[in-house]
Amino acid sequence: MDQGVVGIYSYQDSVLSAVEKLKEAGYRNMRVFSPFPDHEIEAAVDLPESPVRFFTLFGGLLGATCGIGFTVLTSSSWPIAVSAKPIVSIIPYMVIVFELTVLFGALSTFLGLIVNSLIRQRTPVRLYDERFSDDKFGVAVICEKENIGAVEAILNSTGAEEIKFDEA
Amino acid sequence: MSQMQQRPLTYARVTEDVVRMVDKPSKKWWALFLPTVALVGLGVTCFFYQVAEGLGVAGYRHPVFWGVYITDFVFWVGIAHSGTLISAILYLFRARFRMSIYRIAEAMTVFAVLTAGLFPIIHLGRPWNFLWLIPYPNSRELWINFKSPLVWDVFAVGTYLTVSSVFFVVGMIPDIAAIRDKVKETPRKIIYSILSFGWKGSNKEWLHYTRAYLYFAALATPLVLSVHSVVSWDFAMGNVPGWHTTIFPPYFVAGAIFSGLAMVITLTIPIRKIFHLEDYITLDNYDGMAKLIILTSCIVGYAYAAEFFMAWYSGSPYEWGQFVYRATGEYALFYWTMVICNCVVPIVLWWEKVRKNIKALFVISILINIGMWFERFNIIVISLSRDFEPGAWGIYKISFVEAGITIGSFAWFFMFFLLFVKTLPAVSIAEMKEILPVPKKGG
Repeated sequence: MDQGVVGIYSYQDSVLSAVEKLKEAGYRNMRVFSPFPDHEIEAAVDLPESPVRFFTLFGGLLGATCGIGFTVLTSSSWPIAVSAKPIVSIIPYMVIVFELTVLFGALSTFLGLIVNSLIRQRTPVRLYDERFSDDKFGVAVICEKENIGAVEAILNSTGAEEIKFDEA
Repeated sequence: MSQMQQRPLTYARVTEDVVRMVDKPSKKWWALFLPTVALVGLGVTCFFYQVAEGLGVAGYRHPVFWGVYITDFVFWVGIAHSGTLISAILYLFRARFRMSIYRIAEAMTVFAVLTAGLFPIIHLGRPWNFLWLIPYPNSRELWINFKSPLVWDVFAVGTYLTVSSVFFVVGMIPDIAAIRDKVKETPRKIIYSILSFGWKGSNKEWLHYTRAYLYFAALATPLVLSVHSVVSWDFAMGNVPGWHTTIFPPYFVAGAIFSGLAMVITLTIPIRKIFHLEDYITLDNYDGMAKLIILTSCIVGYAYAAEFFMAWYSGSPYEWGQFVYRATGEYALFYWTMVICNCVVPIVLWWEKVRKNIKALFVISILINIGMWFERFNIIVISLSRDFEPGAWGIYKISFVEAGITIGSFAWFFMFFLLFVKTLPAVSIAEMKEILPVPKKGG
């Protein structure tokens, strides 16, 4: 049975040292809470690159394909000459293709964000503290029950002001 | 309040100040809100009167059948542009002066597109027929004409509304979470909990969030440039003197950013005062925006000159006649209002003292908005009233119904804006915290 422990911090450099020490001790399953996106924390935790970019790419490609398919197939399904232009006029259709590329790309980026960050994150709710959105940082570790004491010691030694425990 | 302003900006104070903004509305807020609702009522009444009576009650007379409604459409789409400029393009350029104003500019974008989208429908006269613009096959299985700029417009404006709304909502998620954690009353807590999508602010969430935000900005940047280009093609694709020119897309995009920035200044000045945001929206922010206004004003001024030059250089008597008429004919007052407001007035912004003088900026921004409205009016109406055939020339006058709907559209825009500043975080909490010095024990 795993258990969660979270240390609450006021200073960013204490958080960074806690992250380093936890990594050295082999605790990889951790979450660092911060009130804003902090690049130093991001670098310290060193997660793999976000998969959101694939959502953007495939959404954009899908949009472009739909744009081409939509314009070309509908105009060929009833060939009627308009403004003395070819039935399939690629240049004007590019406007539609471009707009649909952006539209699908943006919507799938949004989907990617929701899926990766808000559904797949599985942050234990009870490890969250309302002060994390205000002015405090938090380092949460999920580990085996017998290691809780060691993690607590690391959090304490790096200057955690408060430590909370929870079943993870 | 003055005591509060002397406190240095800290993380806690940023949260506290923004949460205070979404507190119970004050009397000042109601005093602004109720008149806007009344004016929206005026616009709605005029609209239904027009639906009942037909388009004859609008000022349309042969040969001018695109008038104030299309002017309003182009004006509001233009206003929408600087929001995405500030939130996406300046984000990619890492311009720090955008941080405190970008949320307001984004909200402005969404509401301005909402307003703009009404005008093609109002202009139809039979608004229920707007469905014909949506791509679906008619009863004989013929699809819409994808070669028509009006259909491009539907795709461009529809995409712009969707993407800017998503961008706006995503940007607010962490800030709404901060408000959620502060408010005490249960109903508000529930609403903000839903809107925050369960945001916790963990490093994983921030990782995906910052990447998604970057891709949004990268997609929105070409989109902004495309939308007003497409709107300009509504005109440039038509063979009308004064419209049929390749300069239109960059000219319209620069004009859109120019008017949008002016509107951001017009809106933020009262908000800064009412909510005491002097520590957030600083004079440096205004300085940055005023410099962008100088740049876009120069581009717009150059476009006015280039239009004249090309009309003369083309050797086409119709083109040249159109431009001489703009400057000297019945509409000359409108033309010179445009030139003075858009090219002459912004010259004073070259002085730093003016760029950092709030009252002067407020007046200048309103003059620019007036000038830009007339720019659209001049392009649309004057070109149509004198095209090729002298026998078909005619004069267009604005009717009271058009004036009522235009006033109503401004009220509609401000109504949404006032609702926004009272319910959602008008200043980005997370981004303000990002630019504050990070608290370090080691100093």
